[in-house]
Amino acid sequence: MQLARVIGDVVATRKDASLLGLKLLVLQPMGPDGSPAGRPIVAADSVGAGVGEAVFFVRGKEASFPFLPIEAAVDAGVVGIVDDWHVEA
Amino acid sequence: MQIARVVGNVVATQKNAPLEGAKLMLVQPLGADGSPRGSVLLAVDGVGAGVHERVLVVLEGRAAGEAIGKRLAAVDAAIVGIVDAVDISGDL
Repeated sequence: MQLARVIGDVVATRKDASLLGLKLLVLQPMGPDGSPAGRPIVAADSVGAGVGEAVFFVRGKEASFPFLPIEAAVDAGVVGIVDDWHVEA
Repeated sequence: MQIARVVGNVVATQKNAPLEGAKLMLVQPLGADGSPRGSVLLAVDGVGAGVHERVLVVLEGRAAGEAIGKRLAAVDAAIVGIVDAVDISGDL
């Protein structure tokens, strides 16, 4: 998993049937210091995250697990809203 | 699997239900010489690792789910061991 900031959302009317009703968010992955780490990614939301929030997301098939028994065609998913994180030097 | 150092932890009240109770740690993957390599990742902890410890991390979903005893948890990285020592032969 990785930390990220929600920077937007995606609207797609025409999409794979397995994606119906899913909220798609644009994430900017970030390092523990809050700096951007890599390219933005689109992820399905299973926790009700909103723009501006810090979240963590999972990559790969596991991103579809929160939507079972529907096998959603997603490869990234927000699975938690981050309240706080701590890094020790 | 990969060797990493635990550098911190994350608090998240609202999360995917199978992740309830899981401990979330920030880990920095390490190269063979012990130097940081790549970006810091978030891993669930299956062994009770602490900050500063060197750990063994699986970076694959099925294995990570098994590590916390929840096959259908939406996780892709888990700490599965605490490293006591690593020997890399300089001759090879």
